[in-house]
Amino acid sequence: MIELRNINKTFKAARRNAGFKEALGALFKNNYTYIHALRDISFTINDGEMVGYIGPNGAGKSSTIKIMSGILYPDSGECIIDGLVPYKNRREHVRNIGVVFGQRSQLWWDVPVIDSFELLKDIYDVDERVYKNNLEELTELLDLKEIIRTPARQLSLGQRMRCEIAASFLHNPKILFLDEPTIGLDAVSKIAVRDFIKKMNQEKKTTVILTTHDMQDIEAITERILLIGRGQILLDGSLSELKVRNSRKKKITLKYDKGQFSLDEGISLVSQVDGHAVFEVDTSVISVQEAIELLSKSADIKDLSVTGASIDEIVVSLYEELKI
Amino acid sequence: MKKYISFFKIRFINGLQYRVAAYAGIATQIAWGFMHILIFKAFYKGDPHSFPMEFSQLSSYIWLQQAFLALFMSWYFDNDIFMTITSGNIAYELSRPMDLYSMWFTKNLAVRLSRAVLRCLPVLLVALLLPEPYGIAPPVSLFGFFMFIITMVLAFLCVVAFSMFIYIIVFYTLSPMGVRVVATSLIEFLTGSIIPLPFFPKKLMKIVSLTPFASMQNLPFRIYSGNIAGREMLFGVLLQLFWVIILILSGRLWMARALKKVVVQGG
Repeated sequence: MIELRNINKTFKAARRNAGFKEALGALFKNNYTYIHALRDISFTINDGEMVGYIGPNGAGKSSTIKIMSGILYPDSGECIIDGLVPYKNRREHVRNIGVVFGQRSQLWWDVPVIDSFELLKDIYDVDERVYKNNLEELTELLDLKEIIRTPARQLSLGQRMRCEIAASFLHNPKILFLDEPTIGLDAVSKIAVRDFIKKMNQEKKTTVILTTHDMQDIEAITERILLIGRGQILLDGSLSELKVRNSRKKKITLKYDKGQFSLDEGISLVSQVDGHAVFEVDTSVISVQEAIELLSKSADIKDLSVTGASIDEIVVSLYEELKI
Repeated sequence: MKKYISFFKIRFINGLQYRVAAYAGIATQIAWGFMHILIFKAFYKGDPHSFPMEFSQLSSYIWLQQAFLALFMSWYFDNDIFMTITSGNIAYELSRPMDLYSMWFTKNLAVRLSRAVLRCLPVLLVALLLPEPYGIAPPVSLFGFFMFIITMVLAFLCVVAFSMFIYIIVFYTLSPMGVRVVATSLIEFLTGSIIPLPFFPKKLMKIVSLTPFASMQNLPFRIYSGNIAGREMLFGVLLQLFWVIILILSGRLWMARALKKVVVQGG
């Protein structure tokens, strides 16, 4: 179980204006600003949960992950994970967790991936038999057979990320922190990574905490989301709850031949280019059916699709609503 | 312990891969050794009695210095570690159930040792083949040789323990450049890698010989050639032991403090 109570963290950052004079001045006196990365963050995550931790850049996602994985000391507040305080009992705590930082690498650059795995086995004191089983399973699930004997520097990003994720699973962690695991990956690799994480959660009951900007990740993997902005938790709930809040708006995309659209209340034109038009329909004012009827009267429709607001848009509208 | 040994192994094997660098190193060291000896030879010709070491002792000192350069060179730092701190990759190192100080200490031992292993034998072989007093003389006594080995190990630990301070300073400065330049030039001089310590002015030498710098290459190389023996040797070893312990303990304490303030760079 993960419990955070009133966690605060402030960073000091040097600031100066551009220019030679300013740079010279900074030699004698540095101006600092304090950035409140986290303000009174509190939440609880139970064993076996899959939580998506989302928010704009600089909202405090990575800082929270770093506190939970024992790397960063908070200024105040309490964080207890399975009875341990991560930054105080770092070495005992990290034995039970796996971490993937999407923008960094934990593999040794010049040696084959398998050497890095062997080293991790020794670092975590993994039993030989357990290691063999895990390696076999991971190799199959993540399709690593062909790449495991290649030095990490010669792998593509997608291949490397699969190895990174495998590396963080070798010691059967109870909790897995994934900080933007799908950053920069193509669709195939993303899906492979998602499927794998889901599977591990179901089979091994691994608690997964995932930060991402990719809404499909959240949609595919997590049931619960924590939205953070400007260092505060803004929303803690399920994805469907979030969707319901914003399901009133639908989008109609049209391909048409000719004609002029007459719009009614509840329908607004979002874009119109070369025979393609996108409308937004507020279903509390006008139903989708009525909207389509209305639109088809004024133009020759060749193709049509109706979609709900994407999660991206929901998040954007939430940011606006909550003013972050 | 096993994890540190594995860590040592992977780093050691990694170091052995750079064979061309090793050949180049061997050639440089041999040339450098000759050059040094020739320069000193010129001075000795002037007045051999005004020198604090015998010429053959000096030759042994120089050849040992060249052969084991990788163990004691003060200008060598592991760029990986600097990168780890400045890029923020330290996040991964901290998420391992390992002690960071021991991990970096092991890393440094492994890299230096792997380099020394590849380089020392050819240099020693050349030095052994050279005629007296230009080559390396055989050890003065069995006991002296035994003490030479002991002090070599302690000196090696002392060098690595000292270099750990430089890594820790980078936690605060975030750039290795400045501290590296200052530390390197100072240590090069004070450890006796430019000129052996006995060549220093008497007063300066007295002070320096009490510092940890004198416990690095100075002690084992001079014990080998018999320049230090008896009581002085015993005192030297004890002082060396003292410094190794102090350096490691204070390094650990400082690192623990630095880690509380560490800000992982870059997102």
